[in-house]
Amino acid sequence: MTPKLDPVANMTPLLSCRDVAVSIAAKPVVQGLSLDLMAGQRLAILGRNGVGKTTLLHALAGLRAVDAGCILLGEQTYAQQGPREAAKRRGLLPQHQGDAFTATVLETLLIGRHPHLSRWDWESDADIALAHEALAEVGLAGFAKRSIHTLSGGERQRVALATLLVQQPRVYLLDEPLAYLDPNFQIAVLEMLTRRVRASGAALVMVMHDVNLAAHYSDQALLLYGQGAHETGQSAAVLDVPRLSQLYGHTLRAIRDGERSWFVVETPARVLPE
Amino acid sequence: MNRHRAFLVLAMLSILAVLSLGLALAVGSVSLGVGEVAAALLGHSGAHEASLAVDVVHNLRLPRALAVFACGGLLALAGALMQVLLRNPLADPYVLGISGGAAVGALAAMLLGAGVGFGVEVAAFIGALSAMWLVFGLARGEGSWTQTRLLLTGVIVAAGCGAVVALMLTLAPEQQLRGMLFWLMGDAGEAASPGLPLLVLLTGLVVAMFYARELNLLARGHLLAAALGAEVARLRLLLYFMASLLTATAVTSVGSIGFVGLVVPHLVRLALGNDQRLLLPAATLAGGVLLTLADTLARTVIAPQQLPVGVLTALIGVPVFLFLLARAPGVDQSEGRP
Repeated sequence: MTPKLDPVANMTPLLSCRDVAVSIAAKPVVQGLSLDLMAGQRLAILGRNGVGKTTLLHALAGLRAVDAGCILLGEQTYAQQGPREAAKRRGLLPQHQGDAFTATVLETLLIGRHPHLSRWDWESDADIALAHEALAEVGLAGFAKRSIHTLSGGERQRVALATLLVQQPRVYLLDEPLAYLDPNFQIAVLEMLTRRVRASGAALVMVMHDVNLAAHYSDQALLLYGQGAHETGQSAAVLDVPRLSQLYGHTLRAIRDGERSWFVVETPARVLPE
Repeated sequence: MNRHRAFLVLAMLSILAVLSLGLALAVGSVSLGVGEVAAALLGHSGAHEASLAVDVVHNLRLPRALAVFACGGLLALAGALMQVLLRNPLADPYVLGISGGAAVGALAAMLLGAGVGFGVEVAAFIGALSAMWLVFGLARGEGSWTQTRLLLTGVIVAAGCGAVVALMLTLAPEQQLRGMLFWLMGDAGEAASPGLPLLVLLTGLVVAMFYARELNLLARGHLLAAALGAEVARLRLLLYFMASLLTATAVTSVGSIGFVGLVVPHLVRLALGNDQRLLLPAATLAGGVLLTLADTLARTVIAPQQLPVGVLTALIGVPVFLFLLARAPGVDQSEGRP
């Protein structure tokens, strides 16, 4: 189920940015962004609401033009390889799953095979087996025949994740992958993605809101401060109290628990009623 | 759904199509048996009665049946494509004013003296394109078509087209008026040659099938479609042109017939699911069958009087549309999540 490791491709970054500038409605999101994402690495994108995390993710996915600089997927730009080839190498989990028409869960997953099929092909038994495996990975084994309109928000989110697994990209771009998920599924999904990325030599980019999960499940972090200001680095180095407090415009604290430390949001002190 | 099952379903629908066409050839003021119809089609004209049968089948019923079949297929395919383009199961060339635009174009050409033929066809296509451009352009708030905006804009454009049509009818000379009126309501009796509509239908279906899997992606939203390798902008433009061309061809060949594009894809979707690889050809065949049966009914139910077939389809279509609107799924639920 996992793509073979290519030793040569292993040396070059799976995704890299060179002096990239992205803006939305004349408001800069990033300016002069450079980063390399190697096989097996996970990048977390953090920032306030409306700072442009989704916009940047779409630009990284080649679905939105950059103002300056270039984005390489493997050794080529998106324009060089075309949308079809790019779809074999990178996959996007959109923030919203708009379902205008009913469909079964299985049909929804098989959509992810599109880039791998030639024009007149139908999905093969192997593709269907792949879909069932992916369903099991997100804890939805046995849901194949369900209509997507009968799913809860969390179940629908996991179906979207499974669709991405079926696509088998090398670079996973996830917009709030943990939305609608209960804590147990949040951890299960992050563990599963980490396993996959390590095993198949893929790379992961996640827009996240939970700084603790970001700290524990990412190797690099990209902080978006707004107005194009940003900072990248090893998660262990850049995810600290001063930076995160500045990032969210709110005081955070770190609480040590043995070996590990946890960020907590400071709340106004309240006197308990007598 | 796999390829094998799809072929099976389409084969059964093709048999239905042949049967409906056979019925249309046999039924009428002169009733013909199966043998007579077959003989007439094969061109055996020995006896005197047989030559009457040949005449009726070849010159009256066959062109009309084929034109009506093509028209039903065109409208159903146009409706199915528009529903993908707008990601809205309520999209339909008639409801959204596209048929109205084509009617305005065609009537204007008629008023200016163009005979029924190429000039009217081109004018109808331009009318349909303009109406579609208006509806899509105006309904497009913040990058996406919302259900309410789209339907409202479509209804307004349709009403506007209706007013222009009424104006042109008022201005039309007396001797053209009855023909124009009947043509507007969907008058298959005037349907001349089925060649062009059948050709457009076949071409449209082949082109649509070529992109069928991309259309499956597009039905899931433009972002996901683009991420999975579809060229969304080009695909949308293609759908836009095809839906206009198919609608215009249907409107010029038989007239402005409502609700086929809404009802047929919906029923097919209920029965077979929303895989465009099956939905598009199945809706095309089913649309042809439905309109052929409706037209056969329209010209026999109060014979020798003929009902305009558009009246019949509207009588079926309006309740279905209202039912759909009442239980309209998803847009609010799926896009308005917290």
